[in-house]
Amino acid sequence: METLDATMPETILPVGEDRGGPAQPLLIVEGLTKRFPIGGGMFKRAQAYVHAVEGVSFSVAKGEVLGIVGESGCGKSTTARLLARLIEPDSGEVVVDGETVGTSDGMSLRELRRNVQMVFQDSFASLNPRLTVEDTIAFGPRVHGVSAKEAIASARGLLARVGLAPAQFAGRYPHELSGGQRQRVNLARALAFSPRLLILDEAVAALDKSVQAQVLNLLLDIKEDRALTYLFISHDLNVVQYISDRVLVMYLGEVVETGPVDRIYSDARHPYTRALLSAVPSMDPDRRTLEPPIAGDPPNPIDPPSGCRFRDRCTFAAEVCAALKPRPIEATPGSGHIVACHMADRISGHPRSA
Amino acid sequence: MFRFRPRHPLSTPPAEATGAAAAEAPLVEVSDLTVEFTGSRKASAVNGVSFSLPKGRVLGLLGESGSGKSVTLRALMRLLPPRRSRIGGRILVDGQDVLALDEKGLAHYRGGIASMIFQEPILAFDPVYTVGRQIAEAVRAHDAVDWATARARAIEMLEHVQIPQAARRYESYPHEISGGMRQRAMIALALSCRPKLLLADEPTTALDATVQIQILLLLRELQKEFGMSVIFVTHDIGVAVEVSDRLAVMYGGRIVEEGDLAAVVRNPRHPYTAGLLASTVTPGLRGRRLTTIPGAPPDLSDLPQGCAFAPRCAFASADCAAAVPPVRAFGQAGRLACFHPLESAVPGALGPGPIAVPTA
Ligand SMILES: Nc1ncnc2c1ncn2[C@@H]1O[C@H](COP(=O)(O)OP(=O)(O)OP(=O)(O)O)[C@@H](O)[C@H]1O
Ligand SMILES: Nc1ncnc2c1ncn2[C@@H]1O[C@H](COP(=O)(O)OP(=O)(O)OP(=O)(O)O)[C@@H](O)[C@H]1O
Ligand code: SF4
Ligand SMILES: [Mg+2]
Ligand SMILES: [Mg+2]
Repeated sequence: METLDATMPETILPVGEDRGGPAQPLLIVEGLTKRFPIGGGMFKRAQAYVHAVEGVSFSVAKGEVLGIVGESGCGKSTTARLLARLIEPDSGEVVVDGETVGTSDGMSLRELRRNVQMVFQDSFASLNPRLTVEDTIAFGPRVHGVSAKEAIASARGLLARVGLAPAQFAGRYPHELSGGQRQRVNLARALAFSPRLLILDEAVAALDKSVQAQVLNLLLDIKEDRALTYLFISHDLNVVQYISDRVLVMYLGEVVETGPVDRIYSDARHPYTRALLSAVPSMDPDRRTLEPPIAGDPPNPIDPPSGCRFRDRCTFAAEVCAALKPRPIEATPGSGHIVACHMADRISGHPRSA
Repeated sequence: MFRFRPRHPLSTPPAEATGAAAAEAPLVEVSDLTVEFTGSRKASAVNGVSFSLPKGRVLGLLGESGSGKSVTLRALMRLLPPRRSRIGGRILVDGQDVLALDEKGLAHYRGGIASMIFQEPILAFDPVYTVGRQIAEAVRAHDAVDWATARARAIEMLEHVQIPQAARRYESYPHEISGGMRQRAMIALALSCRPKLLLADEPTTALDATVQIQILLLLRELQKEFGMSVIFVTHDIGVAVEVSDRLAVMYGGRIVEEGDLAAVVRNPRHPYTAGLLASTVTPGLRGRRLTTIPGAPPDLSDLPQGCAFAPRCAFASADCAAAVPPVRAFGQAGRLACFHPLESAVPGALGPGPIAVPTA
């Protein structure tokens, strides 16, 4: 989408400075864990816990797009919400450009909000129905001390940037917009904070295919000219392949595989990743899917299986899979392709590990 | 491959058709279907839809949000609110004039001849009864059998849709089973009276990829086994490819293109179909800019006078803005509504191949 009026300012809050330099990952996540109590009333002790996110660790380089995939309920959104501190982790550490979030000498939550912004799937729920489009976008900068006049001017610049003519759209309310237009407004609202990391949680899922392509192009353009880093969560494995540099695969709250997008899509090592990728519907009428790659539904996150959490759906499960949790192993040295399966671990004792 | 009659796809066989001709008669014939909503939110949701579907075939109905897919299916099921909607045209299913059915006729038609499955199975089930009982009840509504027989049939149906431990699941309440399992149970409910026509409204859209493919393959299997005709609504081309024999593409409440699945997917003739295929993200597009269709789908309360796609179409001319392009036979067995259809030969239309040249 072209900028409709190049003279309008798009940014007004300064972008947080690059402290650690290019080699410092923008984001490091270490052992992130979150369990939700269930069944406990106000005066009762919780009976059980949903193991939503369990010891998740990964890092994202500056300017990279990390795609996160996995079945419904595997903890993608919870991970995202933990990173943005919309919820508190039970344990684990989040480091943004070298600064640990929430520690006295690290990054304050206020600073985090500036640096890390989220765009959700439900474009309606995340917009205030009583605010016009331009007021919605100007809200963030105003909270951070920008004058109303300046904030509105930059809101209009941002509207133009996301392909919505300010003269036509600035005064509209959310219900006067189409889904694609609302999602653009959401994007502009997030960009108004001048964030460095944008978490996109199913941000294009609700859009029609023809509009989805417009928004994906826009996302890549904006990333380019603002040197942004994306965490891109999606069910659409084709879209994830298109936009990501690296991909992280989650299963039942844990990371099972991560690596460069091409390696994941052409040489996945974890049986779950393979099953997930071959579940993508065929686009070729002569090559329809013949066999479902995996049977059954994902198991209950309240009482996850011991050892490897995938084992009760895995065709290769052996004794060791029930006994021990597989450790993350680099598939090929130096590849950055990491898999947590006993078959990839030479010393696991799995009959297929060699 | 079945033979589609390209010259008169809309014609209905005369009532006194001979046995041989009757055997060839399609199961479903929809002619010039229109649906208008007349309540506080006015909309011309369906604007002259015609198609026919032979016995035992699967028609994929593809289109963007608001293009009229669900409303078309609900019209086929007579599920539209009678006071707030106006239906025109004709729907024949298995020789019955669906729009003329009375209460009793409808009760037999729904479930006995045509059945529907939805995106959200929770809507199909009553939360206060067990899944099995509701299936058994459906059986009893159409067949004069006792409870024990109905129960046995229900369990058999649950096994059929690959629900493990069917006898135990018979006693489960809808909320006690997983999403994929509920979807299977809804299919069992819909098929319990062996309908000839299954209407599927995005039944896998809310499911995970791994569960979605299981359900799609299950539906394909059951369709063959029961010899059912299926109309499968989806906005996902991949899903349509997995299940359909034929594909109809809807835009602005009209079918703009229809044909054999492979023909439409490989060689779309309508600029909207071509645009939709080109803007669908497929493997191999990485690093390339996506082809897009500018603008947004039309407002159904204020449709353009001519072709609904004209405001977004790169090939639109004055003709297109002036009148709705008529549906014409195209190629061997296809139909098309466009003044400037694309020429053939866009190799690998599933990708940003060279853009075809419009014919004058
Ligand atoms: N506030 C909460 N209270 C209790 N359980 C929760 C809460 N939020 C999430 N969960 C549970 O945690 C698990 C992970 O949920 P999460 O939303 O992170 O999954 P997801 O991967 O984003 O799924 P989806 O693809 O469906 O969006 C699920 O079992 C979910 O039911
Ligand atoms: N009961 C109703 N009253 C008024 N308008 C309605 C009603 N039901 C549907 N519509 C309108 O009819 C049009 C077609 O809707 P329909 O549900 O058929 O779309 P669809 O193609 O199924 O889209 P989606 O992919 O979003 O399900 C829409 O504009 C919708 O708002
Ligand atoms: S560790 Fe075992 S159960 Fe888990 S994926 Fe590997 S082989 Fe399967
Ligand atoms: Mg989620
Ligand atoms: Mg619909």
